[in-house]
Amino acid sequence: MTLDPNKYRQDFPILSEKIYGKSLVYFDNAATTQTPSQVTDVMLEYYNKYNSNIHRGVHYLSNKSTEGAENARLKVQKFINAAHSHEVIFTGGTTESINLVANSFGECYISEGDEVIVSEMEHHSNIVPWQMLCQRKKATLKVIPFNDKGELMIEKLPDLITDRTKILAVNHISNSLGTINPIKEIIDFAHSKNVPVLIDAAQSVQHKKIDVQALDADFLVFSGHKLYGPTGIGVLYGKEKFLNEMPPWQGGGEMIQEVSFEKTTYNELPFKFEAGTPNYIDAIGLGAAIDYVETIGLDSIDAYEQDLLKYATEKFEAIPGMKIYGTAKNKTSVISFLIDGIHFYDMGMLLDQMGIAVRTGTHCTEPVMQHFGIEGTVRASFAFYNTKEEIDALLAGIEKVCKMFGVKTA
Amino acid sequence: MTINEIQEGIIEEFAGFEDWMDKYAYLIELGTDLSGLDEQYQTDQNLIKGCQSKVWFNAKLEDGVVKLEADSDAIIVKGIAALLIRVFDNQTPEAIMNADLKFIDEIGLKQHLSPTRSNGLVSMVKQIKMYGLAFNHKVNN
Repeated sequence: MTLDPNKYRQDFPILSEKIYGKSLVYFDNAATTQTPSQVTDVMLEYYNKYNSNIHRGVHYLSNKSTEGAENARLKVQKFINAAHSHEVIFTGGTTESINLVANSFGECYISEGDEVIVSEMEHHSNIVPWQMLCQRKKATLKVIPFNDKGELMIEKLPDLITDRTKILAVNHISNSLGTINPIKEIIDFAHSKNVPVLIDAAQSVQHKKIDVQALDADFLVFSGHKLYGPTGIGVLYGKEKFLNEMPPWQGGGEMIQEVSFEKTTYNELPFKFEAGTPNYIDAIGLGAAIDYVETIGLDSIDAYEQDLLKYATEKFEAIPGMKIYGTAKNKTSVISFLIDGIHFYDMGMLLDQMGIAVRTGTHCTEPVMQHFGIEGTVRASFAFYNTKEEIDALLAGIEKVCKMFGVKTA
Repeated sequence: MTINEIQEGIIEEFAGFEDWMDKYAYLIELGTDLSGLDEQYQTDQNLIKGCQSKVWFNAKLEDGVVKLEADSDAIIVKGIAALLIRVFDNQTPEAIMNADLKFIDEIGLKQHLSPTRSNGLVSMVKQIKMYGLAFNHKVNN
């Protein structure tokens, strides 16, 4: 049965907000999804009843908080089907997860003359940490290109991977184009050349069921705030064998076994990578978000969002002067677009006045913009709580903007 | 006219608009009408870095007053630049330095002043003030 968004909209109080007196149409889900009361209620309950620093506390509250956070880790483990819960590291978000791997894995395995491969459609957070690593280590950053539809040219992989390639980092779904990349194929090919793979799943965990074991991903990273969870919490999944060999990235409390001024020994996984007081309440919130998403079911979420995408794409394509960037065969509910003669910033600013929230600019993917020779796009990204009526409101908004600019719409 | 008199004029003009659409339609008109900058002045040196749109300001000192020209690839931003030109063009460096810019707030463009990476209005104002400061130094030395 098709998902009915109206059944869930009430879970998200923000969706009833008025913006400049108009009903909010929230189409910036690829940047941050909204948070249902089921998540904020759990977090509030922890703040109000159980808040206490976790691990090694002797008292009741500390035990409750520890239990909550560790339970959240188990939920994440199950959500991505990791073999062990200690392969799940809590971080501040996708960016921090990638930086952790670039620094720690990089320290361990990458030396002068080695190579790191990313793709042309990565978010800056999956480019810059590797670039910094390559500069430090005098290694080379190589890039998998994409075609004009926004599909990765994975046929180039055999030419790109050499015996100096130490890691390949690629996104599952592009944030600016919506392309769903064939990560299983990429991982299998990279593994046939003994190259481990990091998957940036920031744009996919909210749409697609992830199974890190079936994928055989070596690392997989994502953020809570794009999965209907809180901001400031993210996940690094890593295979035990790598995480055990990798040195800690940050030092501090929690991550140690014993400390003296002569020598410090490190804690075991996952704590070795969680220096300092962890963001435990947000971790608990992430656990609640996973519960929420699983109650609805990712399959029905995905099917409904695909339906929205199809509906919107057909209507968008009928607008004169419209160009959609990212027309891959497999894509998720993201439409990046420009209309001839209207700057994306003007479009975004005017839509905002109508209560419609879209994102404008480069979407932290400047190389994608360079590929198409543009400065930026307007991006509308849909979630399961969005409706076709909201898409109609966006279309009416676009038409209004076109009129203001004297651009013909029919 | 003094900077304050010009600002009062703009505030009065905008008070006449019934809704946001009229206001933005006017900014679009101002942006479209602003003659812009010759490509030779669309240089990195004149570029004001705002993340979302490109804005160039060119300034020179002539007969003791500052002459301003601007351009942008986004029309509304160009419209806002046109308002800034109206306020600051032909003013002395000293008047520009000491100007208290209140019209942006009063005509409801304050959201564009937020210190986010938006249209660089903050940077535009800062740049014009910098021109004022630099030219003032030149005049007095």
